[in-house]
Amino acid sequence: MVAHCLGAFPEEGCGLLGGQPDTGTVGTCYPTANAAASARVYTVDPRDHLRADRAAEARGESIIGVFHSHTHTDAYPSRTDVDQAPDPSWHYVLVSLRETQPVVRSYRIVAGEVTEEPVRVVEPAAFAVVEPERG
Amino acid sequence: MPVEVRLPTVLRSAAGGSSSVTAEGATIGEVLQNLIAAFPAMAGQVLTEDGTLHRFVNVYVNDDDVRYLEQLHTKVAEGDTVSILPAVAGG
Repeated sequence: MVAHCLGAFPEEGCGLLGGQPDTGTVGTCYPTANAAASARVYTVDPRDHLRADRAAEARGESIIGVFHSHTHTDAYPSRTDVDQAPDPSWHYVLVSLRETQPVVRSYRIVAGEVTEEPVRVVEPAAFAVVEPERG
Repeated sequence: MPVEVRLPTVLRSAAGGSSSVTAEGATIGEVLQNLIAAFPAMAGQVLTEDGTLHRFVNVYVNDDDVRYLEQLHTKVAEGDTVSILPAVAGG
């Protein structure tokens, strides 16, 4: 996630997270293009989203969250992030690149209310990165 | 003719938890209208009150985003898969 966001810098980077909805365990990171191509906002490229959704299903996972970077602000959801949060069951991960050391934090966003949740690295070897296969 | 409609998690509760349902229609607009008729809890989440595609969802026929085809007039045929996904964006 951090590598993809650093690669997208100075624009915001974004991607989807595949995993198990019941436990919130993320097994796969799906980097996506930022269709907004902006340092201020992001839009997960719709076709990359479809590819990630299908790849997740093939891996026995669901898309359970989204990550994106803030290049000049804290790792906290912006007003726009809260207003546009697409799914109350998702995990919303913020990667702040404001300081030299990237900061990663995760949130639930339900009915406009933001709640931080702990992030725990369970087993790094089990975490895969699947780039979209653009045809 | 019926087509398969794949639903995002956020719409599944409106369809009794199903990840995939079938709906009739010759165009995407007809399919979505019939989907909402079958599952009224989806009203307002897929189409706007004006009957246009809601900007918070993306709809695909097979691999293609209907916004880049003929939008709600995009034709569907038996065997096509229609996918609905949330538009994911923020700041």
